[in-house]
Amino acid sequence: MDRYSRGKTHPIKSSEITPESVYRERRRFMQAALSVAAIPMVGLPSLADAADYDIPADLPRYKGPQWLQPKLADALRNSALSTRETLAPYYHAITHNNFYEFGTDKRDPVRYAQKFKTDPWKVEISGEVARPGNYDLEDILAPHALEDRVYRLRCVEAWSMVIPWLGFPLADLIKRFEPTTKAKYVQFTTILDKEQMSEQRSSFGTIDWPYVEGLRMDEAMNPLTLMAVGMYGNALPPQNGAPLRLVVPWKYGFKSIKSIVRIHFSETMPETSWNITAPDEYGFYANVNPEVDHPRWTQATERRLPSGLLTPNIIDTLPFNGYADQVAHLYKGMDLTKWF
Amino acid sequence: MAPGERMGLLRWWLIFLLLLLPLGVLLEGLLTNELGADPAKYIVKELGFWAICWLWLTLAVTPARKFLGWRWLTRYRRMFGLYTFFYAVLHLLAFATFLVGWRWDILLTELTKRPYIVVGSLALLLLLPLALTSTQGMQRRLGKRWKKLHTLIYPVSLLVLLHFVWQIRSDFLQQLIFAFLLAILLGYRLYLKRCS
Repeated sequence: MDRYSRGKTHPIKSSEITPESVYRERRRFMQAALSVAAIPMVGLPSLADAADYDIPADLPRYKGPQWLQPKLADALRNSALSTRETLAPYYHAITHNNFYEFGTDKRDPVRYAQKFKTDPWKVEISGEVARPGNYDLEDILAPHALEDRVYRLRCVEAWSMVIPWLGFPLADLIKRFEPTTKAKYVQFTTILDKEQMSEQRSSFGTIDWPYVEGLRMDEAMNPLTLMAVGMYGNALPPQNGAPLRLVVPWKYGFKSIKSIVRIHFSETMPETSWNITAPDEYGFYANVNPEVDHPRWTQATERRLPSGLLTPNIIDTLPFNGYADQVAHLYKGMDLTKWF
Repeated sequence: MAPGERMGLLRWWLIFLLLLLPLGVLLEGLLTNELGADPAKYIVKELGFWAICWLWLTLAVTPARKFLGWRWLTRYRRMFGLYTFFYAVLHLLAFATFLVGWRWDILLTELTKRPYIVVGSLALLLLLPLALTSTQGMQRRLGKRWKKLHTLIYPVSLLVLLHFVWQIRSDFLQQLIFAFLLAILLGYRLYLKRCS
Protein backbone atom coordinates (compact mmCIF):
# COMPACT_ATOMS: atom_id res chain seq x y z
CA MET A 1 0.00 0.00 0.00
CA ASP A 2 1.35 3.39 -0.82
CA ARG A 3 1.41 6.21 1.64
CA TYR A 4 -1.34 8.15 -0.09
CA SER A 5 -4.14 5.69 0.31
CA ARG A 6 -6.02 5.39 3.50
CA GLY A 7 -6.61 1.71 3.83
CA LYS A 8 -8.86 1.29 0.82
CA THR A 9 -8.01 -0.43 -2.40
CA HIS A 10 -5.89 1.90 -4.44
CA PRO A 11 -6.59 2.07 -8.17
CA ILE A 12 -2.89 1.89 -9.00
CA LYS A 13 -0.80 -1.12 -8.30
CA SER A 14 2.08 -0.34 -6.02
CA SER A 15 4.37 -1.75 -8.71
CA GLU A 16 3.43 1.17 -10.90
CA ILE A 17 4.65 3.71 -8.42
CA THR A 18 8.30 4.37 -8.05
CA PRO A 19 8.68 5.70 -4.55
CA GLU A 20 12.03 7.29 -5.23
CA SER A 21 10.89 9.16 -8.31
CA VAL A 22 7.71 10.27 -6.62
CA TYR A 23 9.88 11.61 -3.88
CA ARG A 24 12.09 13.41 -6.38
CA GLU A 25 9.06 14.82 -8.08
CA ARG A 26 7.85 16.28 -4.82
CA ARG A 27 11.24 17.77 -4.18
CA ARG A 28 11.11 19.41 -7.57
CA PHE A 29 7.59 20.62 -7.00
CA MET A 30 8.64 22.16 -3.71
CA GLN A 31 11.61 23.88 -5.25
CA ALA A 32 9.44 25.28 -8.01
CA ALA A 33 6.78 26.43 -5.59
CA LEU A 34 9.26 27.93 -3.17
CA SER A 35 10.95 29.89 -5.88
CA VAL A 36 7.80 31.92 -6.42
CA ALA A 37 6.57 32.40 -2.91
CA ALA A 38 7.25 31.83 0.71
CA ILE A 39 4.60 29.26 1.42
CA PRO A 40 3.70 28.66 5.01
CA MET A 41 5.36 25.29 5.25
CA VAL A 42 4.86 24.40 8.83
CA GLY A 43 1.29 23.32 9.14
CA LEU A 44 -0.38 22.21 12.25
CA PRO A 45 0.57 18.57 12.64
CA SER A 46 -2.11 18.00 15.20
CA LEU A 47 -4.70 19.30 12.75
CA ALA A 48 -3.55 17.00 9.99
CA ASP A 49 -3.57 14.10 12.42
CA ALA A 50 -6.99 14.94 13.69
CA ALA A 51 -8.39 14.99 10.17
CA ASP A 52 -6.39 11.90 9.30
CA TYR A 53 -4.85 13.24 6.10
CA ASP A 54 -1.44 11.96 5.24
CA ILE A 55 0.08 14.96 3.53
CA PRO A 56 3.68 14.26 2.51
CA ALA A 57 6.04 16.44 4.52
CA ASP A 58 7.63 17.96 1.45
CA LEU A 59 4.38 19.23 -0.07
CA PRO A 60 3.14 22.69 0.93
CA ARG A 61 0.29 22.96 3.40
CA TYR A 62 -1.88 26.03 3.30
CA LYS A 63 -2.71 27.37 6.71
CA GLY A 64 -4.93 30.24 5.63
CA PRO A 65 -5.44 33.39 7.70
CA GLN A 66 -5.08 33.21 11.46
CA TRP A 67 -8.81 33.53 12.13
CA LEU A 68 -9.58 30.54 9.92
CA GLN A 69 -7.21 28.06 11.55
CA PRO A 70 -9.27 27.11 14.60
CA LYS A 71 -12.29 26.59 12.37
CA LEU A 72 -10.32 24.28 10.10
CA ALA A 73 -9.03 22.38 13.10
CA ASP A 74 -12.54 21.92 14.52
CA ALA A 75 -14.03 20.55 11.31
CA LEU A 76 -15.83 17.25 11.72
CA ARG A 77 -16.31 14.58 9.11
CA ASN A 78 -19.83 14.40 7.71
CA SER A 79 -19.90 10.66 7.09
CA ALA A 80 -23.46 10.60 5.80
CA LEU A 81 -22.60 12.81 2.85
CA SER A 82 -19.09 11.47 2.22
CA THR A 83 -18.07 8.84 -0.28
CA ARG A 84 -15.80 6.06 0.93
CA GLU A 85 -13.89 5.81 -2.32
CA THR A 86 -10.12 6.22 -2.30
CA LEU A 87 -9.01 9.83 -2.03
CA ALA A 88 -6.95 11.44 -4.74
CA PRO A 89 -3.43 11.90 -3.42
CA TYR A 90 -2.97 15.44 -2.12
CA TYR A 91 -0.25 15.94 -4.73
CA HIS A 92 -2.72 15.27 -7.54
CA ALA A 93 -5.39 17.53 -6.08
CA ILE A 94 -3.08 20.54 -5.75
CA THR A 95 -1.16 20.19 -9.03
CA HIS A 96 -3.88 19.27 -11.51
CA ASN A 97 -6.23 22.21 -11.76
CA ASN A 98 -8.42 23.96 -14.25
CA PHE A 99 -8.29 27.58 -13.12
CA TYR A 100 -8.04 29.37 -16.47
CA GLU A 101 -7.40 32.75 -14.88
CA PHE A 102 -3.90 31.44 -14.19
CA GLY A 103 -3.43 29.67 -17.53
CA THR A 104 -5.06 26.90 -19.53
CA ASP A 105 -2.58 24.10 -18.85
CA LYS A 106 -3.43 21.89 -15.89
CA ARG A 107 -0.10 22.75 -14.30
CA ASP A 108 -0.34 26.52 -14.80
CA PRO A 109 -2.41 27.26 -11.68
CA VAL A 110 0.03 25.62 -9.27
CA ARG A 111 2.88 27.44 -11.01
CA TYR A 112 1.34 30.88 -11.19
CA ALA A 113 -1.11 31.15 -8.28
CA GLN A 114 1.25 30.82 -5.34
CA LYS A 115 1.54 34.59 -4.84
CA PHE A 116 -2.19 35.13 -5.26
CA LYS A 117 -3.42 37.34 -2.42
CA THR A 118 -6.41 35.72 -0.70
CA ASP A 119 -6.46 37.61 2.59
CA PRO A 120 -8.06 40.02 3.39
CA TRP A 121 -11.01 39.08 1.19
CA LYS A 122 -14.38 40.69 0.70
CA VAL A 123 -17.57 39.20 -0.66
CA GLU A 124 -20.42 41.27 -2.03
CA ILE A 125 -23.94 40.05 -1.37
CA SER A 126 -26.36 41.69 -3.77
CA GLY A 127 -29.66 41.53 -5.62
CA GLU A 128 -32.93 40.16 -4.28
CA VAL A 129 -31.84 39.90 -0.70
CA ALA A 130 -32.80 41.62 2.54
CA ARG A 131 -29.25 42.15 3.75
CA PRO A 132 -27.07 43.14 0.82
CA GLY A 133 -23.62 44.57 1.40
CA ASN A 134 -19.89 44.14 1.30
CA TYR A 135 -18.74 41.70 3.94
CA ASP A 136 -15.35 40.55 5.12
CA LEU A 137 -14.92 36.84 4.52
CA GLU A 138 -14.25 36.44 8.23
CA ASP A 139 -17.66 37.90 9.05
CA ILE A 140 -19.36 35.76 6.45
CA LEU A 141 -17.85 32.62 7.92
CA ALA A 142 -18.18 33.61 11.58
CA PRO A 143 -21.39 31.75 12.48
CA HIS A 144 -20.64 28.62 10.45
CA ALA A 145 -18.91 25.50 11.70
CA LEU A 146 -16.91 23.66 9.07
CA GLU A 147 -17.56 20.12 7.96
CA ASP A 148 -15.24 17.67 6.28
CA ARG A 149 -16.89 16.08 3.26
CA VAL A 150 -15.39 13.66 0.77
CA TYR A 151 -16.93 14.29 -2.63
CA ARG A 152 -16.42 12.96 -6.13
CA LEU A 153 -15.32 15.68 -8.55
CA ARG A 154 -16.14 14.99 -12.18
CA CYS A 155 -14.60 17.28 -14.79
CA VAL A 156 -16.40 17.79 -18.09
CA GLU A 157 -13.15 16.68 -19.74
CA ALA A 158 -13.92 13.14 -18.50
CA TRP A 159 -11.42 12.85 -15.66
CA SER A 160 -12.38 12.69 -12.01
CA MET A 161 -10.93 12.78 -8.51
CA VAL A 162 -12.15 12.17 -4.98
CA ILE A 163 -11.44 15.14 -2.74
CA PRO A 164 -12.05 15.88 0.95
CA TRP A 165 -13.36 19.42 1.26
CA LEU A 166 -13.77 21.58 4.35
CA GLY A 167 -16.77 23.82 4.13
CA PHE A 168 -20.35 24.53 5.13
CA PRO A 169 -23.68 24.25 3.33
CA LEU A 170 -24.41 27.13 1.00
CA ALA A 171 -28.01 26.92 2.23
CA ASP A 172 -26.90 28.10 5.70
CA LEU A 173 -25.20 31.13 4.21
CA ILE A 174 -28.14 31.99 1.98
CA LYS A 175 -30.64 31.85 4.86
CA ARG A 176 -28.60 34.38 6.84
CA PHE A 177 -28.84 37.01 4.13
CA GLU A 178 -32.59 36.54 3.72
CA PRO A 179 -33.31 36.38 0.02
CA THR A 180 -36.66 37.86 -1.04
CA THR A 181 -39.40 35.82 -2.70
CA LYS A 182 -38.14 37.13 -6.04
CA ALA A 183 -34.82 35.34 -5.63
CA LYS A 184 -35.02 32.38 -8.03
CA TYR A 185 -31.35 32.06 -8.93
CA VAL A 186 -27.94 32.70 -7.38
CA GLN A 187 -25.05 33.99 -9.46
CA PHE A 188 -21.42 33.79 -8.36
CA THR A 189 -18.52 35.85 -9.63
CA THR A 190 -14.78 35.13 -9.45
CA ILE A 191 -12.39 37.96 -8.67
CA LEU A 192 -11.33 40.12 -11.62
CA ASP A 193 -7.68 40.97 -11.10
CA LYS A 194 -5.59 41.38 -14.24
CA GLU A 195 -2.53 42.20 -12.18
CA GLN A 196 -2.52 38.81 -10.52
CA MET A 197 -4.23 36.64 -13.11
CA SER A 198 -2.30 36.39 -16.34
CA GLU A 199 -5.00 34.81 -18.48
CA GLN A 200 -7.35 37.71 -17.73
CA ARG A 201 -4.83 39.89 -19.61
CA SER A 202 -4.61 37.53 -22.61
CA SER A 203 -5.88 38.78 -25.95
CA PHE A 204 -6.48 35.24 -27.19
CA GLY A 205 -8.91 33.94 -24.62
CA THR A 206 -12.56 33.36 -25.38
CA ILE A 207 -13.87 33.77 -21.83
CA ASP A 208 -15.22 37.19 -20.96
CA TRP A 209 -13.73 37.74 -17.49
CA PRO A 210 -14.62 37.71 -14.69
CA TYR A 211 -15.78 34.09 -14.57
CA VAL A 212 -19.43 33.78 -13.60
CA GLU A 213 -21.53 30.78 -12.61
CA GLY A 214 -25.00 30.23 -11.32
CA LEU A 215 -27.43 27.86 -9.66
CA ARG A 216 -31.16 27.65 -9.39
CA MET A 217 -32.28 28.49 -5.85
CA ASP A 218 -33.34 24.91 -5.00
CA GLU A 219 -29.97 23.62 -6.23
CA ALA A 220 -28.20 26.20 -4.08
CA MET A 221 -30.27 25.17 -1.06
CA ASN A 222 -29.59 21.44 -1.52
CA PRO A 223 -27.70 20.04 1.48
CA LEU A 224 -24.92 18.75 -0.82
CA THR A 225 -24.03 22.20 -2.13
CA LEU A 226 -20.96 23.31 -0.24
CA MET A 227 -19.04 26.54 0.23
CA ALA A 228 -15.51 25.30 0.67
CA VAL A 229 -12.64 27.07 2.41
CA GLY A 230 -10.33 24.10 2.82
CA MET A 231 -9.33 20.63 1.71
CA TYR A 232 -7.32 17.75 3.14
CA GLY A 233 -7.62 19.27 6.61
CA ASN A 234 -5.97 22.54 5.56
CA ALA A 235 -7.00 25.82 3.97
CA LEU A 236 -7.64 25.85 0.23
CA PRO A 237 -4.53 26.30 -1.88
CA PRO A 238 -4.83 29.32 -4.21
CA GLN A 239 -4.84 27.07 -7.28
CA ASN A 240 -7.88 25.27 -5.86
CA GLY A 241 -9.91 28.45 -5.50
CA ALA A 242 -8.87 30.05 -2.22
CA PRO A 243 -10.21 31.56 -0.14
CA LEU A 244 -13.83 30.68 -0.96
CA ARG A 245 -15.16 28.34 -3.63
CA LEU A 246 -18.33 26.53 -4.49
CA VAL A 247 -18.53 22.74 -4.65
CA VAL A 248 -21.53 21.21 -6.42
CA PRO A 249 -20.65 17.53 -6.60
CA TRP A 250 -23.42 16.35 -8.97
CA LYS A 251 -22.42 18.88 -11.65
CA TYR A 252 -19.34 19.09 -13.87
CA GLY A 253 -16.38 20.74 -12.20
CA PHE A 254 -16.67 24.05 -14.04
CA LYS A 255 -19.85 24.86 -12.08
CA SER A 256 -17.81 24.83 -8.87
CA ILE A 257 -16.62 28.40 -9.23
CA LYS A 258 -13.41 29.46 -7.50
CA SER A 259 -12.26 32.54 -5.56
CA ILE A 260 -15.72 34.04 -5.18
CA VAL A 261 -16.11 37.80 -4.61
CA ARG A 262 -19.80 38.24 -5.36
CA ILE A 263 -23.00 36.33 -4.63
CA HIS A 264 -25.96 37.82 -6.45
CA PHE A 265 -29.60 36.83 -6.15
CA SER A 266 -31.83 37.32 -9.17
CA GLU A 267 -35.25 36.54 -10.54
CA THR A 268 -33.96 35.48 -13.95
CA MET A 269 -31.50 32.77 -14.97
CA PRO A 270 -28.02 34.29 -14.78
CA GLU A 271 -25.42 34.04 -17.50
CA THR A 272 -22.59 31.59 -16.95
CA SER A 273 -19.10 31.86 -18.45
CA TRP A 274 -18.89 28.59 -20.38
CA ASN A 275 -22.45 28.91 -21.58
CA ILE A 276 -21.64 32.33 -23.03
CA THR A 277 -18.43 31.02 -24.63
CA ALA A 278 -19.86 27.85 -26.19
CA PRO A 279 -23.61 27.47 -25.61
CA ASP A 280 -23.89 24.27 -27.66
CA GLU A 281 -21.24 22.61 -25.49
CA TYR A 282 -22.03 23.90 -22.02
CA GLY A 283 -25.50 24.33 -20.64
CA PHE A 284 -26.63 26.16 -17.52
CA TYR A 285 -27.32 22.97 -15.58
CA ALA A 286 -24.20 20.94 -16.44
CA ASN A 287 -25.44 17.97 -14.43
CA VAL A 288 -23.14 14.99 -14.77
CA ASN A 289 -25.01 12.77 -17.20
CA PRO A 290 -23.56 9.64 -18.85
CA GLU A 291 -26.42 9.72 -21.35
CA VAL A 292 -25.62 13.12 -22.81
CA ASP A 293 -22.22 13.43 -24.45
CA HIS A 294 -20.27 16.62 -24.76
CA PRO A 295 -19.35 17.08 -28.44
CA ARG A 296 -15.70 16.52 -27.59
CA TRP A 297 -15.73 14.17 -24.63
CA THR A 298 -17.66 11.04 -23.92
CA GLN A 299 -19.52 11.36 -20.67
CA ALA A 300 -20.35 7.66 -20.38
CA THR A 301 -17.01 6.90 -18.73
CA GLU A 302 -14.35 8.83 -16.85
CA ARG A 303 -10.70 8.39 -15.93
CA ARG A 304 -10.38 8.48 -12.16
CA LEU A 305 -7.09 10.12 -11.24
CA PRO A 306 -4.50 8.91 -10.46
CA SER A 307 -4.65 6.83 -13.59
CA GLY A 308 -1.99 4.27 -14.49
CA LEU A 309 -0.42 4.59 -17.93
CA LEU A 310 -0.90 0.97 -18.93
CA THR A 311 -3.96 0.42 -16.79
CA PRO A 312 -5.99 3.61 -17.17
CA ASN A 313 -8.44 3.79 -14.32
CA ILE A 314 -11.58 4.00 -16.44
CA ILE A 315 -14.89 3.79 -14.61
CA ASP A 316 -18.49 4.24 -15.66
CA THR A 317 -19.89 7.68 -14.98
CA LEU A 318 -22.97 7.64 -12.77
CA PRO A 319 -26.06 9.81 -13.32
CA PHE A 320 -25.65 13.00 -11.30
CA ASN A 321 -22.14 11.79 -10.51
CA GLY A 322 -23.56 9.22 -8.11
CA TYR A 323 -25.73 11.72 -6.20
CA ALA A 324 -29.01 10.90 -7.98
CA ASP A 325 -30.74 9.92 -4.71
CA GLN A 326 -30.15 13.38 -3.29
CA VAL A 327 -30.75 15.55 -6.37
CA ALA A 328 -32.64 13.75 -9.15
CA HIS A 329 -35.94 15.10 -7.81
CA LEU A 330 -34.81 18.64 -8.60
CA TYR A 331 -35.05 17.90 -12.31
CA LYS A 332 -38.23 15.87 -12.37
CA GLY A 333 -40.10 16.29 -15.64
CA MET A 334 -37.22 18.13 -17.33
CA ASP A 335 -35.77 16.89 -20.60
CA LEU A 336 -32.15 16.60 -19.58
CA THR A 337 -30.92 16.35 -23.17
CA LYS A 338 -32.36 19.79 -23.71
CA TRP A 339 -31.50 21.21 -20.28
CA PHE A 340 -27.96 19.80 -20.29
CA MET B 1 34.80 9.01 -47.38
CA ALA B 2 35.33 12.50 -48.74
CA PRO B 3 35.21 15.36 -46.21
CA GLY B 4 32.08 16.74 -47.85
CA GLU B 5 30.38 13.40 -47.57
CA ARG B 6 31.37 13.06 -43.95
CA MET B 7 29.94 16.50 -43.22
CA GLY B 8 26.75 15.46 -44.96
CA LEU B 9 26.50 12.31 -42.90
CA LEU B 10 27.15 14.28 -39.70
CA ARG B 11 24.43 16.74 -40.61
CA TRP B 12 22.03 13.89 -41.40
CA TRP B 13 22.55 12.38 -37.96
CA LEU B 14 22.33 15.75 -36.27
CA ILE B 15 18.96 16.43 -37.84
CA PHE B 16 17.81 12.87 -37.21
CA LEU B 17 18.56 13.18 -33.50
CA LEU B 18 17.14 16.68 -33.27
CA LEU B 19 13.74 15.46 -34.44
CA LEU B 20 13.94 12.58 -32.00
CA LEU B 21 14.71 14.93 -29.12
CA PRO B 22 11.09 15.75 -28.08
CA LEU B 23 10.43 12.03 -27.66
CA GLY B 24 13.60 11.73 -25.59
CA VAL B 25 12.55 14.63 -23.38
CA LEU B 26 9.15 13.00 -22.91
CA LEU B 27 10.71 9.67 -21.95
CA GLU B 28 13.07 11.39 -19.55
CA GLY B 29 10.12 13.19 -17.95
CA LEU B 30 8.25 9.92 -17.67
CA LEU B 31 11.14 8.12 -16.01
CA THR B 32 11.75 10.95 -13.54
CA ASN B 33 8.01 11.37 -12.92
CA GLU B 34 7.89 14.99 -14.00
CA LEU B 35 4.89 14.92 -16.30
CA GLY B 36 2.44 16.13 -13.66
CA ALA B 37 -0.59 14.50 -12.08
CA ASP B 38 -1.98 13.19 -15.38
CA PRO B 39 1.00 11.99 -17.43
CA ALA B 40 -1.28 10.07 -19.82
CA LYS B 41 -2.99 13.19 -21.10
CA TYR B 42 0.25 15.12 -21.21
CA ILE B 43 2.04 12.52 -23.33
CA VAL B 44 -0.82 12.30 -25.82
CA LYS B 45 -0.91 16.07 -26.16
CA GLU B 46 2.85 16.44 -26.58
CA LEU B 47 3.14 13.71 -29.22
CA GLY B 48 0.36 15.35 -31.22
CA PHE B 49 1.98 18.74 -30.90
CA TRP B 50 5.30 17.49 -32.26
CA ALA B 51 3.62 15.61 -35.10
CA ILE B 52 2.14 18.96 -36.14
CA CYS B 53 5.51 20.68 -35.83
CA TRP B 54 7.22 18.14 -38.09
CA LEU B 55 4.39 18.27 -40.62
CA TRP B 56 4.73 22.03 -40.85
CA LEU B 57 8.50 21.56 -41.15
CA THR B 58 7.99 19.13 -44.06
CA LEU B 59 5.82 21.71 -45.77
CA ALA B 60 8.45 24.39 -45.17
CA VAL B 61 11.09 22.62 -47.26
CA THR B 62 9.89 23.85 -50.64
CA PRO B 63 9.40 27.50 -49.64
CA ALA B 64 12.76 27.46 -47.84
CA ARG B 65 14.48 26.16 -50.94
CA LYS B 66 12.85 28.55 -53.35
CA PHE B 67 12.74 31.58 -51.15
CA LEU B 68 15.90 31.25 -49.10
CA GLY B 69 17.85 29.10 -51.55
CA TRP B 70 18.37 26.29 -49.01
CA ARG B 71 18.74 23.51 -51.58
CA TRP B 72 20.32 21.17 -49.03
CA LEU B 73 17.12 21.02 -46.98
CA THR B 74 15.38 18.99 -49.72
CA ARG B 75 17.55 15.99 -48.82
CA TYR B 76 15.84 15.80 -45.45
CA ARG B 77 12.25 16.21 -46.54
CA ARG B 78 11.56 12.49 -46.49
CA MET B 79 12.97 12.28 -42.97
CA PHE B 80 10.70 15.13 -41.84
CA GLY B 81 7.71 13.44 -43.41
CA LEU B 82 8.47 10.09 -41.85
CA TYR B 83 8.99 11.69 -38.45
CA THR B 84 5.59 13.35 -38.82
CA PHE B 85 4.08 9.92 -39.43
CA PHE B 86 6.06 8.42 -36.55
CA TYR B 87 4.90 11.00 -33.99
CA ALA B 88 1.33 10.84 -35.30
CA VAL B 89 1.26 7.06 -34.92
CA LEU B 90 2.69 7.32 -31.40
CA HIS B 91 0.07 10.00 -30.66
CA LEU B 92 -2.71 7.60 -31.65
CA LEU B 93 -1.14 4.65 -29.82
CA ALA B 94 -0.71 6.74 -26.67
CA PHE B 95 -4.34 7.86 -26.90
CA ALA B 96 -5.60 4.29 -27.37
CA THR B 97 -3.39 2.87 -24.63
CA PHE B 98 -3.07 5.53 -21.94
CA LEU B 99 -6.46 7.23 -22.23
CA VAL B 100 -8.75 4.51 -23.58
CA GLY B 101 -6.94 1.41 -22.31
CA TRP B 102 -7.79 -0.35 -25.60
CA ARG B 103 -11.42 -0.56 -24.62
CA TRP B 104 -12.89 -1.20 -28.05
CA ASP B 105 -16.32 0.10 -27.14
CA ILE B 106 -14.87 3.47 -26.14
CA LEU B 107 -12.37 3.52 -29.00
CA LEU B 108 -15.07 2.87 -31.56
CA THR B 109 -17.33 5.67 -30.34
CA GLU B 110 -14.42 8.07 -30.01
CA LEU B 111 -13.15 7.33 -33.53
CA THR B 112 -16.59 7.74 -35.08
CA LYS B 113 -18.44 10.24 -32.93
CA ARG B 114 -16.01 12.95 -31.89
CA PRO B 115 -15.54 15.28 -34.85
CA TYR B 116 -11.98 16.27 -33.91
CA ILE B 117 -10.91 12.65 -33.50
CA VAL B 118 -12.56 11.71 -36.80
CA VAL B 119 -10.59 14.31 -38.75
CA GLY B 120 -7.42 13.43 -36.85
CA SER B 121 -7.77 9.75 -37.74
CA LEU B 122 -8.55 10.63 -41.32
CA ALA B 123 -5.36 12.69 -41.51
CA LEU B 124 -3.34 9.79 -40.15
CA LEU B 125 -5.01 7.38 -42.56
CA LEU B 126 -4.07 9.63 -45.48
CA LEU B 127 -0.49 9.85 -44.22
CA LEU B 128 -0.16 6.08 -44.38
CA PRO B 129 0.17 5.73 -48.18
CA LEU B 130 2.66 8.60 -48.15
CA ALA B 131 4.81 6.84 -45.57
CA LEU B 132 4.56 3.52 -47.42
CA THR B 133 5.63 5.07 -50.74
CA SER B 134 8.44 7.11 -49.26
CA THR B 135 11.25 4.85 -50.48
CA GLN B 136 13.29 5.68 -53.58
CA GLY B 137 12.18 2.40 -55.14
CA MET B 138 8.54 3.33 -54.81
CA GLN B 139 9.26 6.80 -56.11
CA ARG B 140 10.86 5.31 -59.23
CA ARG B 141 8.13 2.79 -59.73
CA LEU B 142 5.29 5.30 -59.36
CA GLY B 143 6.98 7.96 -61.50
CA LYS B 144 4.65 10.88 -62.15
CA ARG B 145 1.91 9.37 -60.01
CA TRP B 146 4.20 9.56 -56.96
CA LYS B 147 4.22 13.32 -57.04
CA LYS B 148 0.47 13.41 -57.47
CA LEU B 149 -0.04 11.01 -54.58
CA HIS B 150 2.14 13.08 -52.30
CA THR B 151 0.09 16.23 -52.86
CA LEU B 152 -2.18 14.51 -50.31
CA ILE B 153 -0.01 16.28 -47.77
CA TYR B 154 -1.98 19.48 -48.41
CA PRO B 155 -5.42 18.15 -47.45
CA VAL B 156 -3.73 16.29 -44.58
CA SER B 157 -2.32 19.54 -43.23
CA LEU B 158 -5.75 21.17 -43.35
CA LEU B 159 -7.34 18.22 -41.54
CA VAL B 160 -4.60 18.37 -38.92
CA LEU B 161 -5.19 22.09 -38.40
CA LEU B 162 -8.90 21.41 -37.97
CA HIS B 163 -8.10 18.62 -35.50
CA PHE B 164 -5.99 21.10 -33.54
CA VAL B 165 -8.43 24.02 -33.70
CA TRP B 166 -11.35 21.85 -32.58
CA GLN B 167 -9.65 21.28 -29.28
CA ILE B 168 -9.53 24.91 -28.24
CA ARG B 169 -11.25 25.39 -24.92
CA SER B 170 -10.54 29.01 -24.24
CA ASP B 171 -7.11 30.20 -25.38
CA PHE B 172 -6.42 30.07 -29.11
CA LEU B 173 -2.98 31.71 -29.40
CA GLN B 174 -1.15 28.49 -30.25
CA GLN B 175 -3.67 27.46 -32.88
CA LEU B 176 -3.59 30.96 -34.34
CA ILE B 177 0.18 30.77 -34.79
CA PHE B 178 -0.02 27.37 -36.48
CA ALA B 179 -2.86 28.51 -38.74
CA PHE B 180 -0.89 31.60 -39.70
CA LEU B 181 2.20 29.54 -40.55
CA LEU B 182 0.16 27.08 -42.59
CA ALA B 183 -1.46 29.96 -44.47
CA ILE B 184 2.03 31.13 -45.46
CA LEU B 185 3.25 27.63 -46.37
CA LEU B 186 0.24 26.79 -48.53
CA GLY B 187 -0.31 30.34 -49.76
CA TYR B 188 3.22 30.41 -51.11
CA ARG B 189 2.44 27.38 -53.24
CA LEU B 190 -0.71 28.97 -54.63
CA TYR B 191 1.35 32.03 -55.45
CA LEU B 192 3.95 29.93 -57.28
CA LYS B 193 1.22 28.17 -59.21
CA ARG B 194 -0.26 31.44 -60.34
CA CYS B 195 3.11 32.75 -61.43
CA SER B 196 3.97 29.69 -63.50
